[in-house]
Order: sequence, then structure tokens, then C-alpha cells
Amino acid sequence: MSVRETATRDMSATGIVSAYEMVVGLEVHVQLLTRTKAFCLCATDFGAPPNTNVCPVCLGLPGALPVLSDHVVDLAVRAATALDCRIHERSVFARKNYFYPDLPKGYQISQYDRPLATQGRLTVENVAGDPESTVRITRVHIEEDAGKSIHDRFAAASAIDLNRAGVPLIEIVTEPDIRSAAAAGAFLRALKQLLEYLEVSDVSMEEGSVRVDANVSARPVGATTLGTKTELKNLNSFSAVERALDSEFARQCDLLARGQRVVQQTMLWDGGSSSVRPARSKEESHDYRYFPDPDLPPLVVASDRVERVRRHLPELPATRRTRYREAFGLSAYDADVLTASKSLGDYFEDCARLHRDPKIVANWVMGAVRAALNVSKREIEDFPLRPADLAELLDLVAHETVSGTAAKRIFALMLETNRGATEIAEREGLLQVRDDSALRDWIDQVIAEHEHEAARCANGERKLLGVLVGFVMKKSKGSADPRRVSQLLAERLGV
Amino acid sequence: MSISLDEVRHIAALARLGISEERARVAAVELSSILEHMQVLSKVAGADMSANTERGMMLRPDTGPPIPLERPPIDFAPSMRDGFFLVPRLETHEDSQEGA
Amino acid sequence: MTQSARQAVDAAFQRANAVRAGADGLNAILWSDAKAAHNEAAEVDHRIAKGDVGALAGVPIVVKDNIATIGSPTTCGSRILEGYHSPFEATAIRRLRDAGAVLIAKTNLDEFAMGSSTEFSAFGRTRHPLDPALVPGGSSGGSAAAVAAGITRVGLGSETGGSVRQPAAFCGVVGVKPTYGRVSRFGLIAFASSLDQIGVFGTTVDDAAAVMHVIAGHDPRDATSVDAPVPDYREQRSDLDGVVIGRPREYFPDQLDPPIAELCHRALDHFRELGATVRDVSLPNTELAIPAYYIIAPAEASSNLARFDGVRYGLRVTDHGLRGMYEATRSKGFGPEVTRRILLGTYVLSAGYYDAYYATAMRARTLITRDFDDVFGSDVDVLFTPTTPTPAFAAGAKSDPYEMYMSDIFTVTANLAGIPAISLPIGRVGGLPVGGQLLAPHFGEGRMFAVARALESALGSEAHR
Ligand SMILES: [Mg+2]
Ligand SMILES: [Zn+2]
Repeated sequence: MSVRETATRDMSATGIVSAYEMVVGLEVHVQLLTRTKAFCLCATDFGAPPNTNVCPVCLGLPGALPVLSDHVVDLAVRAATALDCRIHERSVFARKNYFYPDLPKGYQISQYDRPLATQGRLTVENVAGDPESTVRITRVHIEEDAGKSIHDRFAAASAIDLNRAGVPLIEIVTEPDIRSAAAAGAFLRALKQLLEYLEVSDVSMEEGSVRVDANVSARPVGATTLGTKTELKNLNSFSAVERALDSEFARQCDLLARGQRVVQQTMLWDGGSSSVRPARSKEESHDYRYFPDPDLPPLVVASDRVERVRRHLPELPATRRTRYREAFGLSAYDADVLTASKSLGDYFEDCARLHRDPKIVANWVMGAVRAALNVSKREIEDFPLRPADLAELLDLVAHETVSGTAAKRIFALMLETNRGATEIAEREGLLQVRDDSALRDWIDQVIAEHEHEAARCANGERKLLGVLVGFVMKKSKGSADPRRVSQLLAERLGV
Repeated sequence: MSISLDEVRHIAALARLGISEERARVAAVELSSILEHMQVLSKVAGADMSANTERGMMLRPDTGPPIPLERPPIDFAPSMRDGFFLVPRLETHEDSQEGA
Repeated sequence: MTQSARQAVDAAFQRANAVRAGADGLNAILWSDAKAAHNEAAEVDHRIAKGDVGALAGVPIVVKDNIATIGSPTTCGSRILEGYHSPFEATAIRRLRDAGAVLIAKTNLDEFAMGSSTEFSAFGRTRHPLDPALVPGGSSGGSAAAVAAGITRVGLGSETGGSVRQPAAFCGVVGVKPTYGRVSRFGLIAFASSLDQIGVFGTTVDDAAAVMHVIAGHDPRDATSVDAPVPDYREQRSDLDGVVIGRPREYFPDQLDPPIAELCHRALDHFRELGATVRDVSLPNTELAIPAYYIIAPAEASSNLARFDGVRYGLRVTDHGLRGMYEATRSKGFGPEVTRRILLGTYVLSAGYYDAYYATAMRARTLITRDFDDVFGSDVDVLFTPTTPTPAFAAGAKSDPYEMYMSDIFTVTANLAGIPAISLPIGRVGGLPVGGQLLAPHFGEGRMFAVARALESALGSEAHR
């Protein structure tokens, strides 16, 4: 494409995008947190040497048969319940037939016309201005993952590792209810948050425990029928999803504005060039020849099983936000920040249980702790200061054993030295000093060093008192009790 | 109901069966004549049989150990290196996304 | 038992040599290892000496080569698995070994059990013990021939549409197909998963029942295996007072070979003499069975055989790229009948044809199952029919595939309905064995064996005349 064309395209695109509306539906594959694979007893843990977490079943050896893990069913039901789905008492596993070297049996065990759950919804709070938006969930079904194909390791060969083959997934499919890239991002973050809270998955795109495909179409603003959609693949992060949607939407708007048609096809996102390109089309169109897997009788999920799962459903983000406002008297904003990730909320709660003032705890967690996390690029899970350590420090402040200023230094030193707050306060002499003689020594030194200011203060420039108190505090490395210092100074200068 | 040569080529491709032109021609005739005999089934086409009587499947607990392999993959794999199964280099990215 | 395990095993090998069971003769046996079997027998004798006498202690057995075994190849009679050694063993085999049985041979079969004559083995056809020009039936023809030739008293086969009962009838031995889910399929290399069951051959009903009793029972490694108690299969009955035996009209068509019809009537007379009531019944949807079967079985097979792709095990033929490797491997690896059925199965599942074929065939299957539920629900205990429409036919006689398929006409219904069935010798026509079939309700094996035994003893030597 020539420079000129690029230019006009960009212009036209930006120009006409506003005349069209983006319509998006998502397909999200999520790996379930189970010990064993879906249909065999192999371990699911990653990082094992290639083809070591394999057995006759997941190698697709002749004569091996699949047997489903009950934990897969419970986790899938948990997710479907939290997504307000209708859970079907009988669902059916089907074979999706296609040849690929990392698909050992020549078919994927999935669910097709009788999925586990349908007709759910997920409410996403404050997206792009509007208060909240609800995305309908078409279906949630159980399926097995394929293995890994590595194309760049050997010269003329692709390398197949089947450790991952048979790992349990749920596929979550939404209705085309999403209207912007930002809304798609917000939905995915809300979904990630929900699934983390449910402990259904660790939802990490990096480790490949979530995969997202997006169906996107454009239609004139106000139109009610759907335009021709394309499917976006190779979306390796939530932000990639957003950027790919915008770029593909612009491409479609441009076509439509020129009176051309959008071709229904699969488009691949190229993060490098931040652009989409059509996937190379195959020799023969996909024909998966789905049929019920004769190795697996129907999955019957009795109502009491659903009830049991429902009863043991962990607290969900929305509930927790409300509880933080009511039980801890936090502001809506603070509650949102602290519940953004389950682990941060857990950290806050553990600490608040040990230290009597939840607001103080909230401020420290949202301030000092998060700042330290950003600097160290660490997750709260492996933050060296555990809730008890922080609580110890906050107690010292509460009992005025150390000053607020000193607390900041102690916090920093705790991170450096991994020592307890009290120990550091003592070793660094940061315990708040109320013994007047010690204070008077510092005051004398300060007056000696700042005769001029002291004199002006004595002559009535009362505002300088604060300044002098500051000098004393500095001399005491923050350990002096500021109120007592200013009393003594006032006496000393006779003001 | 008769199967055309093109249909035979299509299903042979789906099934990854490399078959010669004349084999395909013979197959088209054979399969067509076999399917002739299936006409009798048309009388039950459409009849609703949705009887959910089949037993539900038994589930297993989420704990190992896996069914052991008496011999490691290297013993039966046609081509293996560094613990990987090797196959001729794959072409498209789309392929690897297939069925995801 | 008077004989030691070693003596029994050695005797079996002597007999195998005497009847020339190998490739140069019957070609019933694809693999055997006299020394290995002898050593295994020695261990069994050692166990017996220690008082551990299993139900089949020291009994030599032959096993169809589509059942995974350790210490021997498992080829399915196919080039694509030539020389393949399974790294795990079928549940049925483990149970047999635990019971003290000694595996002495893997037997020939139609490739992947797809056939009714054992002509379609990549390793050559099996010959009928009574006449090498004839087929032994199939697909378990190797095991049937081995038992008929007196090499062992028992053998394992597999059933999808009659692959044990039909060769049993052709060879003049007893053949049993259990209720679907009664015997674990773990380790049975799948042809059509919803129809497959491991079956048993025996010289007598007792032999077959004893082996069935050992391999039956729930297996957590097979989600389709049923967790129901295994009753004692040794129930003997001197009479059949109060037993109602159904005679389904659809299994006695006018064009049925008259001598075969005659032998069936003789058997029914014996039942009456034993005190049973013989009642005419109807299974109106029987005509749907073969068409339904030849849609469902190939459909499942087309998917089950997709795993043979040259990537992880078995034959690999390299050609241009991955696609070339797949197609070369599978076209060189699979024989004509397997290829034909994969094509048929792929077709009936492909876009636009699923409802017309597969879905419709499943409906027919439901109707056929209901036919049996109805007759067994109207206090009929078992059904009696001929096992096959003809005795053993000549090799190469059935060139038209569908004609060959029709030899399963009386046996496929039991597989479609999942009910148990047994074939036992009821006499001979022109010197060739003829089988009579008993069909029983789900998990009705106990009653089925008892009735079969009664007929067996009533017939006595007539069964082989
Ligand atoms: Mg999927
Ligand atoms: Zn496994």
C-alpha cells in the first residue's frame, strides 16, 4: 500500500468512524484450576519437560478412554452460576473432528449443541462514562485443551509437546452486546476479576490460562441489523484486544464508507505493527463433523450439586465492595481500589483484622504498599511485608510509640532489611522521645544554630515557632514528640 | 442418494486419506450404492426420540496417579527429539488456531 | 485341575503346530511365543503351589489382536500398527492374568475389526479349520478358528455388529457378546465405541461363561462401563419350566436357508421338550438395523481412527509437508475396507448430511431398542434366532460390500440395542456348522447362559452333526 493510500485511509477512517457503531462479541477460553487433566489423571502443572505429563489417554494411544474429573464440573458450574447462567441438568460432550499434530485423538472433546450452561450475564461497572453495562453470556461449556506446537525450535520440523493436551477449559461466549474497545477491555477485566474471586482459574494471559477471540462488525449508527463480522485471533493481552478492535473497526468503517463489503474471515492481530491481517485461508473449509462422544455418557448435573456449589460460592467483588463500605466505613473509591484484585483485598482485610483502625490500614495499603509494589514490580502475594508486619508498624503509630514521620522511614527499612517494625524503631532510635531533658538538649542546639530565627520568634514572630520545631524534629530523626517540643520551645523563648 | 466424485474428494481430504483418482471414482460408485440401501431409514426421519433415559456418566476424583506407560514415548514415536514429537514444519498460523 | 499350567500351555502349542495355525496354514495366529508363555505358565504353577488358584488358573487363552496386551504386539491386523507394542494393557487382559489365564497368542482379524470374514487383514486371510477355501467368519475369525481347531478351549474376540457370534457360528463354537457396559472397553482398540464390546469364545457354554465371569464388572477407566454386580454365571437348569422363549418372526424370513430354518425348529422343539413355552413375537423395526448400523459404525470409526496420523506412534510415511505425511501415512496404512468405511463415516457426519443420516440412524437405533424392551417387557425371557443367514461361505464370494454387510443381519440388532447375546452350535448343514442365537435383556447374561446350557446338553452330539 502506497504512502498516499495510507494517508487517505487514515483520514477517511478517522473521519467516518463516528458514523458507524462497533458491535463486538467475545469468546473467552479459561483454564480451570484442577490438579489433573480433564479426562485423564495427568498433572496440569506447567514447566515440566516436554511430554512428561502424559499418559495413554492424553497421548491418544489406541484403546485408551476418557474419564471426566468431578472437579472440572464443579469449577465450570461455579463459573456458570456466578455468571447467572441457566445450568442444564443434562449436557452432552461432542467430538470436534479436525487434524492437527497437537490434537492427539484427531478430535477435541468439547460441548456443542447441548452445553453445560446458557443465558447468563455479567454486569460491568462504570464503562466509558455510563454507570454500568450488562453483557449477556450466550453459553459456558467444558472442553479440553490441545497440546503445544513449537515452530521455531528445529529447522524443518515443528515440535509437539502434549503436556498441555487435555487440560480442562471452559469456553465463555458472549452475545454481541459490546459497543466499544474500551467496553471489551472493561468486560474482560471484570470477567478476570470474577474468575479470580471464584478461584476457578488464575486467568493469566501470559501463562496462556486465558485466550480471547473477538467477533467484530460495524454498522451505521442507529442501524438495528448486524453487519458482516470478522473474527480476531492472536490477541495476547487485554490491551491487544482493545487495540485490535479499534484497528479492525477502522478498517471495516473505511471499507463500508467506500461502499465496499466486509468479507467474513479470520483476522490476525500483529502486535508488532499494531495492525490486523487476514489469516491465510485453508484448502478446505472447516467441517468439524461434530457428533456426541460415544465414550462419554451425558453429563448429569443434579440440582443438589448445583446447590452445593452455589452455597460454597466465594464472596464476589460487588458484595465485597459493599461490605468494605459498610463494615469498614471506607469510601466507594477506596472500596473499589482495594477489591480490584482479590489478593489485595485479602491483604487489606488480614491487616485490618489485626489493627483496629481500618481507614488507616486502607490508606497505607493504597498508598505506601501499592507504591512499593509498583517500584518493585511485585504482586501483593509475594510482597515481603505480610499483613501482620504492617499491623505491627501501624500499632506503634497508634500508640504514639513512633511518629508518623518515623513510620515512613521504618516502613522503608522494613522492606530493605526484612526486620520487624519495633526492632528497627529501637535500633534506629526512632522511638518517640518524650523525655524532656533529651528534648531540651536538641532545642538548645537548634537555638544555637538558628539564633536569628529564635530571636525573631521570641520577639513575636510566632509563625517561626513551627519552623524551629521542624529543625528539632529533623535533629531527632523524627523521634521527638512534636507537641511536647513546641511546648518546651515556647516556654524557652517565652512566647 | 448418490455421491459425486467431488464429494468423495472433499471427504477424502477431510479424512486425510490420499486416494487416487480411480480409487475415488470407484468409491463414489460404492458409497452411492451403499447409501441406496439406507433409503429405508427415511421413514423414521424427523420422528422425535428425545428420550433422556440414558444414565449420566460417572465422574472421578481430581487426583492421580496417571495410568502408567510401561514404555516411554521414545519407544513408539516415529520421530522424537529433545523429548518433542517431530512433524514436518507447519505452514499457517491459522492452522495452529484451528478449533481453539 | 489335573494338568499343570505348563502342561496345558505346551499342549496348546503342540496342537497349534499340528493344525498349522500360523501364516502357512490357518493363519489364525499373528503372534505367539512358546517360551514366554511357558515361563508365564511356570509362574502360574508357582502361584497354584502357594494356594493362589485363580478361576482360570493355568488356562491357555488366545486374544484378538485389537486388544492391548503387554509383551506382545497389538496390530489390529493393520499396516498402520504393524510392530506396535502397547505401553499399557487392557483391563480384561489384566483380569484374565490375575485369574491365572495364560495368553498364548494374538489372533488374526479383519483390519480394525471391520469385516465379517477375516479376509480383510493386512496380514492375510484366516482359513476355516474345516475347509481352507472357506472363511471362518469375522471379524474375530482368528480366535474362532483357534478355538474350533482345539488349540485352546477359550479365546477373546470383540463385537461391534456380530464379530464374535458370526464366526462362532461359522466355526461351530460358542460365542458370547455381553451387555454393553458389562465388560470394560479400556484397552480394546475402538472401532465404533457405542457398539464395541469384548466378547468370548468357548468350546462349551461353561467355558465361555467362566471367562465372561472373570472379565465382567465395572472399570473406573471406562466411563461407559456399568457399575452393576456380576452374578454367578454357572446356574444350571435341568429343565426350562416356566421359561418363555420368543421366536421373532423377522429373523425367520421366507428366503431363509431351509436347512438352517430346520435346525432352528429342531432347537425350538428341544426347548419345548425342556418345558419352555415358545412364543411367536415381532421386532417390527428389524429391517432398519443394517442401514442404521452401517451409518453409526462408520461414523464413529471415522473419528476413532483419526488418531492414526503417524505423529506419535505407528506407521509414518513421509511426503510433502504435514498434509502429505498425513495422507501418505493413512492411505498406505489403511486397507480398502477401512478406507471405505472412513469415507462413508466422514460423509454421513459432514455438513448438510448429519441429520439425513447420523441423526436418523440414531432414531432407528432407539426404535430397535424399544422393540426389544417391548418383547422382554411382555414376559418373554429370551429370544431364539439363527445366528447367520448362511453357513461359512467361500473366500472371495462376497465382492459387493453391502452383500458382505448383510451377513450381520441377525447379529447387529443386539449391538444396536446393547443387549447380551450368545451363539451356540445347533447342528450342521453340508458338514458346515450352524449357529443358533439367544438374545436376552440388558444384564440378563445369567439366564441367557442357563438356557444356552440346557439347549447344549439337550442337543448333545446333534450340535455337531
Ligand atoms: Mg472452544
Ligand atoms: Zn494423561
